[in-house]
Amino acid sequence: MIYVKDLHKHFGKLEVLNGIDCHISKGECVCIIGPSGSGKSTFLRCLNLLEVPTKGDIVIDGVDLMDKNTNIDLFRREVGMVFQHFNLFPHLTILENVTLAPIKNKLMTQEEAEKRAMELLNQVGIAEKANNYPAQLSGGQKQRVAIARSLALSPKVMLFDEPTSALDPEMVGEVLDVMKNLAQAGMTMIVVTHEMGFAREVSDRVFFMEEGCILEEGTPEDIFDHPKESRTKEFLSKVL
Amino acid sequence: MNFINHLYNIFVDGNGYLLLLKGLGVTLKVAFFACLLGILLGLIAAIMKMTEVRKGRKTIFSIIANIYIDVIRGTPTVVQLLIIYFLVFRSQASTLAGICTFGINSGAYVAEIIRAGIMAVDKGQMEAGRSLGLSYGTTMKEIIIPQAIKNILPALGNELIVLTKETAILGYVGIMDLAKASDFIISRKYVMFEPLIAIAIIYYIVVKLMTLALNAFERRLRQSDIR
Repeated sequence: MIYVKDLHKHFGKLEVLNGIDCHISKGECVCIIGPSGSGKSTFLRCLNLLEVPTKGDIVIDGVDLMDKNTNIDLFRREVGMVFQHFNLFPHLTILENVTLAPIKNKLMTQEEAEKRAMELLNQVGIAEKANNYPAQLSGGQKQRVAIARSLALSPKVMLFDEPTSALDPEMVGEVLDVMKNLAQAGMTMIVVTHEMGFAREVSDRVFFMEEGCILEEGTPEDIFDHPKESRTKEFLSKVL
Repeated sequence: MNFINHLYNIFVDGNGYLLLLKGLGVTLKVAFFACLLGILLGLIAAIMKMTEVRKGRKTIFSIIANIYIDVIRGTPTVVQLLIIYFLVFRSQASTLAGICTFGINSGAYVAEIIRAGIMAVDKGQMEAGRSLGLSYGTTMKEIIIPQAIKNILPALGNELIVLTKETAILGYVGIMDLAKASDFIISRKYVMFEPLIAIAIIYYIVVKLMTLALNAFERRLRQSDIR
């Protein structure tokens, strides 16, 4: 489903990604962990070209992202993205936030989009707030809306960029529950996270990133219980 | 009674009030169309300048917009008025020359106001829009601009008020605006105090009405901010 080969990203002289290779299959949930500045978020943002890689290959669901002829707007409908700071549209109601993209992309009529949006808002447990504005919601509610907004385009892959890092501790659980349900429903997911509990419980594989490379990867048991690299051990001893 | 007679003598006798009304008409006409032209030019210049942000390097459009803004901000409005009236319009079409001067002048400031308003919208909004498969243009139109307007409006209102008051220099090239009308009355009646106070009050009322209209508009836009 997702093939990444020798992916590099420089910001000026700063090398953020330093040759990433990986393969993620359909239906897999992969968590990316690692220290700050290790390139986790940049890697994720490369996967829908919010950052343009300096070199390397990315092929997602048969679409070559580095091919100049690829219609990037069409491709992005297939890949949902959830941000650390939610990035809801503050001038639109919750319902409009979710229906905007399907309507403007001419995938659905307004009625279809609203029906689908209400289903999704129900699914993330926030349907009663449909006509409120984002400013009236708590952080956890906003992030659940953001997830529903991405799902409205029925993406094949969902990318999560530290979805719970900006939340109050008591709201982390409700967002992780929604993500867990998604993973169990067979969504292909890549999650950059500091929630080690979630990584261990829900993910199929864990990548440990360090200095722009995937230093170690394996099942949650491999990484958390029997890490091979000394750097992984050191990191885990600090966060667990 | 004496005072009223005095005012009557200045403003009604010899049709001074008609001069003021005519002058006010010219001032409002120039200010109104210059505002429209200024917003239009400002929008175009802002869009041209923003191409630089999108491409990550200078473009031919951003260079042109930068020169325009730089030159207009770097020279006095009076000089611009004299150049446009005497050199471009050859002393013809005086009102049009006034509209063009103030429109072109204001456009440079409006461009920066619009650009700043757009840049002040959180970067994540553009990313969220693009990640949902919306094009750059659609994201701008549906997500960025509606939020930017709230940032732009107070500063834009300020600029339009400054523009309206600045039209008082139209008399410099002999255009019969409100300020020039008071000059006429002063030279006819040999009094300074009353005509000057009169136009000060008229300018004040015009600006006050603009302020009220802008405030009402801002309040309407702020409706989605309910917390």
